[in-house]
Amino acid sequence: MDYAATGQQALSRIEGATDLETVEALRVEFLGKQGSISGLLKTLGKMSPDERKVEGPKIHGLRESVADALAARKDALEAAALDARLAAETIDLSLPAPEAPKGTVHPVSQVMDELAEIFADMGFAVATGPEIEDDWHNFTALNMPESHPARAMHDTFYFPDRDAQEREMVLRTHTSPVQIRTMLAEGAPLRIIAPGRVYRSDSDATHTPMFHQIEALVIDKDIHLGHLKWTLETFLKAYFERDDIVLRLRPSYFPFTEPSVEVDVGYANEGGRRVVGGSGDAPGHAWMEVLGSGMVNRRVIEAGGLDPDEWQGFAFGVGVDRLAMLKYGMDDLRAFFDGDVRWLSHYGFSALDVPTLSGGVGTPA
Amino acid sequence: MKFSLSWLKQYLETEATVEEIAAKLNAVGLEVEGIEDPTEKLAGFRVAKVLTATRHPDADKLQVLSVDTGEGDPLQVVCGAPNARAGMIGVLGLPGATVPANGLVLKKSAIRGVESNGMMCSTRELELGEDHDGIIELPEDAPVGTAFAEYHGADPVIDVAITPNRPDCMGVYGIARDLAAAGIGTLNPIAELDLPGSFACPVEVRTDDPEGCPAFYGRVIKGVKNGPSPQWLQERLTAAGQRPISALVDATNYLMLAYGRPAHAYDLAKLNGAVVARRAKDGETVLALNEKEYTLDSGMTVIADDSGVHDIAGIMGGEHSGCGDETTDILLEIAYFDPERIARTGRKLNLTSDARGRFERGIDPNFLDQGLAHLTKLIQTLCGGEASEVVRAGAAPTTPKISHFDPALTEKLGGVSIKPDEQRRILESLGFSVVVEKAGFEKGWAVTVPGWRPDVDGAPDLVEEVVRIHGLDKIESVALPRAEGIARPTATPGQKLERRVRRAAAARGLHEAVTWSFLPQADADFFADGNGGLWALSNPISEDMKVMRPSLLPGLLSAAKRNLDRGASSLRLFELGRRYLRGNGGASDERMALGVVLAGEKTARGWATGKAVAFDAYDAKAEALALLAEAGAPADKLQVMGEAGSQFHPGQSGTLRLGPKNVLARFGMLHPTAAKAFDIDGPVALTEIYLDAIPGKKGAASFARTQYAPPALQAVTRDYAFLVPADLPAADLVRVVQGADKANIVSARLFDDFRGQGVPEGQKSLALEVVLQPLEKSYKDADLKAITDKVTAAAAKLGAVLRG
Repeated sequence: MDYAATGQQALSRIEGATDLETVEALRVEFLGKQGSISGLLKTLGKMSPDERKVEGPKIHGLRESVADALAARKDALEAAALDARLAAETIDLSLPAPEAPKGTVHPVSQVMDELAEIFADMGFAVATGPEIEDDWHNFTALNMPESHPARAMHDTFYFPDRDAQEREMVLRTHTSPVQIRTMLAEGAPLRIIAPGRVYRSDSDATHTPMFHQIEALVIDKDIHLGHLKWTLETFLKAYFERDDIVLRLRPSYFPFTEPSVEVDVGYANEGGRRVVGGSGDAPGHAWMEVLGSGMVNRRVIEAGGLDPDEWQGFAFGVGVDRLAMLKYGMDDLRAFFDGDVRWLSHYGFSALDVPTLSGGVGTPA
Repeated sequence: MKFSLSWLKQYLETEATVEEIAAKLNAVGLEVEGIEDPTEKLAGFRVAKVLTATRHPDADKLQVLSVDTGEGDPLQVVCGAPNARAGMIGVLGLPGATVPANGLVLKKSAIRGVESNGMMCSTRELELGEDHDGIIELPEDAPVGTAFAEYHGADPVIDVAITPNRPDCMGVYGIARDLAAAGIGTLNPIAELDLPGSFACPVEVRTDDPEGCPAFYGRVIKGVKNGPSPQWLQERLTAAGQRPISALVDATNYLMLAYGRPAHAYDLAKLNGAVVARRAKDGETVLALNEKEYTLDSGMTVIADDSGVHDIAGIMGGEHSGCGDETTDILLEIAYFDPERIARTGRKLNLTSDARGRFERGIDPNFLDQGLAHLTKLIQTLCGGEASEVVRAGAAPTTPKISHFDPALTEKLGGVSIKPDEQRRILESLGFSVVVEKAGFEKGWAVTVPGWRPDVDGAPDLVEEVVRIHGLDKIESVALPRAEGIARPTATPGQKLERRVRRAAAARGLHEAVTWSFLPQADADFFADGNGGLWALSNPISEDMKVMRPSLLPGLLSAAKRNLDRGASSLRLFELGRRYLRGNGGASDERMALGVVLAGEKTARGWATGKAVAFDAYDAKAEALALLAEAGAPADKLQVMGEAGSQFHPGQSGTLRLGPKNVLARFGMLHPTAAKAFDIDGPVALTEIYLDAIPGKKGAASFARTQYAPPALQAVTRDYAFLVPADLPAADLVRVVQGADKANIVSARLFDDFRGQGVPEGQKSLALEVVLQPLEKSYKDADLKAITDKVTAAAAKLGAVLRG
């Protein structure tokens, strides 16, 4: 038998198949149970060994070449079908994808987190106190007895209420009452920061009746003004992430500190914006007041239940909103409390901008 | 406190420049708020001589002047002043100069067709006085061509902020004293005056309130002639920001600004009987010099005579007894008032004045006689007159304070080492007297505090004096001692919770807002829910900021409203902050909460999603559940119940509770009435989470998680559909199904709520996907049937029927 011719014919028919059904039909025709090539294989059993030795390889060769051709044809047709399907499935990927809303963290919260991180490294724990305070904690214990002129300067919000001890209730005018509460509750030594809302009955372009402060208090045995200066320099350098922060300490007056020190920081005016850094006396620079501080007044230490002959320390308070403005460039304090989503989107921070010391506490623009 | 450099130099011999003085003022704690240098203000104004003056061809009231400016050809200037004439010397503003009074920049121009090359100026135009009747006339010997600032003796004005502890620096002399101590020049002593009167004081002066007014001294001056005070005095007062009024009034103001010593001059003709310091009667009124009437009470001290109150003691004089041009005889009052009384009265009347500012800080009790003598001398110099003897009622508290001071404290507290000799020099130059070895003060010094420093009380105050004069810039930074090892965690559990929830909310697409803690009364009332009373301010800044918020939602709703008004289409706002409730013993109870407001479109219209979708109550629920889970609340134990509050849509709101009482959150749609009240169109979804209600973790924190033990066998999923009454909460069915066979049922999830065809009226079909977890061996048909039976039986208790 002319296997070669049979093969040629089979292969050319396979080659001519244009769909998978035809390929399958050809497979049945050639290699199925009743298939022509299967039939040839069956003839091998009836042959003599010598004959088989000659014919066997030929028939097997035929079967293999046809099987290979069928498989190849099938693959080719399947690939073409897939190509055709994929071509039909093409979509316009320039269309917008589903959007997820993007939220933000308020700059005040972000800066509070930054400060907590910096002060944690210096060993300051976080303390809190009520915002609706009694006048003993807010004033008297801080060496501002009634009729003290400094009380009048605080633009205090009053409530008509008095507490069980007949103390007048006020909105705290500073975070300093937390000093008293913490000393009374925890004794000494002490290193705390107290962040929170404070209130002054004052409203103009640069003042809002509510704003945020962070208070720091260190009580120990041998703490002096030099430690205060170092702490302020260190914290401001860490916060602004600049080594060229220069402070100017000016004597001042706060009833709760003695000596009292007001602190200015040098800045340059760059494109209408205040950029902290450098000495305020350098060309193109000026000084700007950033915080009040001092050595804790003996009377305040006494009011905190501690012996002022044994314990001394320093305290300072700084406006968080202002720190935020100086670092991140907002120019209107009132916008902080408006809840305008355009402002929040512009100045707010991503949830993932978690301040860390290893990454630098600040979030670059 | 403003003063001119020349005034300062009257008391301080110094060659220092104004810049050096300003720097030193800052260094010693007298904060310079500004320096006004008239040289700058008067730049471009020059002494000039009018050579000729001719009528303007086209204007009756104008003249055309030819003015010699000292250089080049004379300039032609058009001038309307009646006193402009040939030969006079005046002040010419050249083109480019800015007129101080009105900011007008001068330029070459044509006035009614005649060229004019500048302006001859009046006193008022240069802000040197009030005169505007004509142009300035300078003496004949005024050097033509000189810059006017130079000729005028440009006198810079320094503005200093005085802290409330420094009454002494409420006078120029006290500022000079501080500067001298700090090495800027030499302080001239205050002259000791002896001005005996020539007749007995005809007015009885008395203090019937020795507590409020311990000392009241007076004297009469007869035959004074009042009128405008001389130029030098007017200039000093003007520089100090004080409007010159008349010689008599200006003299008392001068004493106050020079020495920080307020005094008052009454027109004797307007007084009637004895002049007495006494308590006011309740309801008594006085018309003060500011032309406002004040109603007084018995806690206030006044100066009064038989006809009534003339003076709110130490704060403001009365309109009726003040001095005017017709005054010829006066009574001078110099008194010592109790600082606390002054402060209290001033606060009650809401009345500030220069006198109050000084009296409440504390006046030098040793300077009554000398103050009166200096005032008498000045008035006699200005107005003539004959002075009576001084009458003195009471005595000021002059007992000096003596502080024990160990100079070593300066280093211990101030962190800077200063030699005792220098410390002593500083203290003495500030007027303290130092006794080094006094009995009982062996270990340190006995330091006597001068009367003008009532603020200094104890050793730390003396450290401050020494350190501030020595210079705070000389203090070296010293690192705080550091605990060994890595910084330890310092945040409180509450703070950690807040941080976590805040960032979770932001990560969910919400914007954090910070809104006012105070609300309009109506908004607060609406959200109060009868929680035991709101905190309302006595002195709110406005009615919109009156009541402390009992909920975070109203503030957020107002913010949402503002945003919507600005055209925002979709709002996701949250705030993390305190609610202010009533606590025990009259204290406040401030609780952390998180509020969420979702307004406008949840999803904008889209090519794939079709029309815009508004927020609904399930969005609010999703926020509540997600944020509670982040906050560590046991999300699987939370039950949805009702009673979200009257602010919510009654049919589309709920609470999330742990047990029947503990409400962790409320959520749902804003009640349409509330939406109207807040003037918001469209649906608003709200969530409020009470962070304080979330139970804390029990026991010590452990880092290791429970053992990981995935089941060996694969879980099996079965779907069940039930017909239930339409009003049955789906969660009830889920709960009973989940609890039907706890050994096998891992979870039950509701995936379909269907009403309509095939479901009887009044019922609904709820479909659940239940996950079964075989433990030891795979389920056989019988096992599965048994589980289904249990599920069906449990559901049947709620009236649910398994659908075929």
